[in-house]
Amino acid sequence: MALPTYATPLERIWYYAFRVTCALIFLFLIAPILVVIPLSFNVEPYFTFTERMLTLDPEGYSTRWYDALLTLGHPTAEAPRDGQWWSTVWERATWVQAAKNSFWVGLWATILATTLGTIAALGLSRPEMPYRRLIMALLISPMIVPIIIIAVGMSFFFAKACVAPDSAMALIFGWALSEKGCLANSHLGVIMAHAVLGIPFVIITVTATLSGFDQSLIRAAQSLGANPRTTFFKVIMPLILPGVISGALFAFVTSFDEVVAVLFIAGPDQQTIPRQMFNGIREAISPAILAVATILVVISTLLLASVELLRRRSDRLRGVTGR
Amino acid sequence: MAEAATELLTTADGRPLKAALQAAQARARRRALLLVLPLLAFVLLTFLIPIGYMLKRSFEHDGFAASAPALVQWFAANPDYDPANPPEEAYAALVQDLARMQDEKTTGTSGTRINYSVAGTISLFKAGARAAADLQPPFKEALLAVDKNWARPALWRGMESASHVYTPEFYLVASDRKLTDDGWARGGDKERIYLYLFFKTFLISGIITVLCLLLAFPVAHLLATLPMAKSSLLMILVLLPFWTSLLVRTTSWIVLLQEQGVVNSLLVSAGLIGNDGRLQMMYNMTGTIVAMTHVLLPFMILPLYSVMRVIPPSYARAARSLGATSWTTFRRIYLPQTLPGIAAGSLLVFILAVGYYITPALVGGADGQLISNLIAFHMTKSNWSLAAAIAGMLLVSILLLYWLYDRLVGIDRLKFG
Repeated sequence: MALPTYATPLERIWYYAFRVTCALIFLFLIAPILVVIPLSFNVEPYFTFTERMLTLDPEGYSTRWYDALLTLGHPTAEAPRDGQWWSTVWERATWVQAAKNSFWVGLWATILATTLGTIAALGLSRPEMPYRRLIMALLISPMIVPIIIIAVGMSFFFAKACVAPDSAMALIFGWALSEKGCLANSHLGVIMAHAVLGIPFVIITVTATLSGFDQSLIRAAQSLGANPRTTFFKVIMPLILPGVISGALFAFVTSFDEVVAVLFIAGPDQQTIPRQMFNGIREAISPAILAVATILVVISTLLLASVELLRRRSDRLRGVTGR
Repeated sequence: MAEAATELLTTADGRPLKAALQAAQARARRRALLLVLPLLAFVLLTFLIPIGYMLKRSFEHDGFAASAPALVQWFAANPDYDPANPPEEAYAALVQDLARMQDEKTTGTSGTRINYSVAGTISLFKAGARAAADLQPPFKEALLAVDKNWARPALWRGMESASHVYTPEFYLVASDRKLTDDGWARGGDKERIYLYLFFKTFLISGIITVLCLLLAFPVAHLLATLPMAKSSLLMILVLLPFWTSLLVRTTSWIVLLQEQGVVNSLLVSAGLIGNDGRLQMMYNMTGTIVAMTHVLLPFMILPLYSVMRVIPPSYARAARSLGATSWTTFRRIYLPQTLPGIAAGSLLVFILAVGYYITPALVGGADGQLISNLIAFHMTKSNWSLAAAIAGMLLVSILLLYWLYDRLVGIDRLKFG
């Protein structure tokens, strides 16, 4: 939409005004995310650029807030930093524990959501699928229904969802349940909650990939003598894999960023990064939060880059050119 | 010919073709359904049953019914009594229950249960229960001597209502109704907190939707008309906020907007405001609106973009060549073609805004709280049934909007990136 040579002066003004407006809106979108990065290196405990930071004086910058992430919850933070000290960080430091919890919960929730979601998406994209619209609406609804409603419902139900001690269920699931054998305050409860929140993303991305999938390839594989398992792993899976992986990444990010359900159904053992941040912002906000925020921005940039690459690969595989 | 047409077509093994086809189709349907079944079971367990449980809770409260068996029995036996003048047996049952509550230490739960619809009953029940063991017949005079509020018709109506474990009472309370001496009535202006907050939530969500639309429209248009290489680069600026943690974005706005924050410091150093005149942009409605507009903006840009991308530019050129001004071309040719995108984006942003919790909780202060925050507040105060009733009302409005979205846009059109 380059400006044509015959444009009138008014059109020229309008053209540049439009460009400037768009630039300002992009600034509004991106500046808040970028601003936390330099501020997380502030040597002072303030949330604004100090004089020394603006003059790019190295004295104005420090990594003390990143250091604080390691020492919070560390019983001997002042001790010399030998192997013992670092292993205590790994075992005890509050933020490291939160990161570990977030990672494991996110991983299992992603595996659960992606497996169930991909299989269901395969069924949903079959032309014979009955009640398709209704089922689709139901499976997307965890994204639409306010998270507070889901969290309230789960906090009621998970407190009652308990297994009897010494029962078969307790033997199988006991390790992932709370001490009382309930879903409330347990790792399994948080994983299930996060999986159900990730399912809409898996369904949407995988059905979108399958919409460009040529169903006759399945019949071709079958006519050449492949059994259903071979057909799935050798024909379907390689073609829909980019969609499955981006769905999985969406599910992981959803879990990694989720705080409301955790606040309502988790116990003190399920401290996650978002929960720690939420409490930190509510109580006494320190620049250590900005250090965490910076790390999360870096992670999300990497995830975005992977999803973009996957999308382009998927488009290429399906023969879609351009966007 | 006629004979051949009446003869049934059969498969190789002699079955009628129609029946064989129907059987095959039924088998295909069952197979498709079988693939979805595990996920449906999981969603039932972790999503539908919990929400059903919550809705059940919104109708259920046994705080009074479980601790006042004598009165429950009496209310069940005498459905036509006069709340303005209950007979002596009713008072006898009440005194018996009050003494029991004192023994079993259930005075607090009973008083709290009645207190949802009739104010001031917690202290009334405590005082009544303490005195109950020493009261002598006639109980009516004795109890009224302790506190004459025991004769209030509103209280008797409240106790009768609370004697049922299942009651629609919490929905009435969540619609700002109170029990008066004449029955349920709307509360005074100061008591209209719940419906007012619903109204405010919808209003703020509407404002945010309009702001998002105004900001998203030019950007989506630019992205849709730029060459692919450039628009792909700019698209990253839209997708990065989408992928960044909500808590990070909310933190950023606290950093930017607070009194000692970046925006205020910029304004002060630019000399636009004095150091003592720093703007209060955080912990109020402004903070909620600004931060939520930023958080939800990508949800508006993406559907708008995907619609604008496929609008052929030749229509606008044709309009211009036929003598339309640029404004007329925009208004009558371009804008109508973007309507599906506007509908999709606006509905999605509005639906998401209505149920927002985290951002208002962190940047909203006292003024910028939405209905979700009220639900969370009642949950922390252990007012479970009331929280569930408010959540139930929110759920109904969201489902209506969702249904509208499905009718107008179609949920299978939902996409990311």
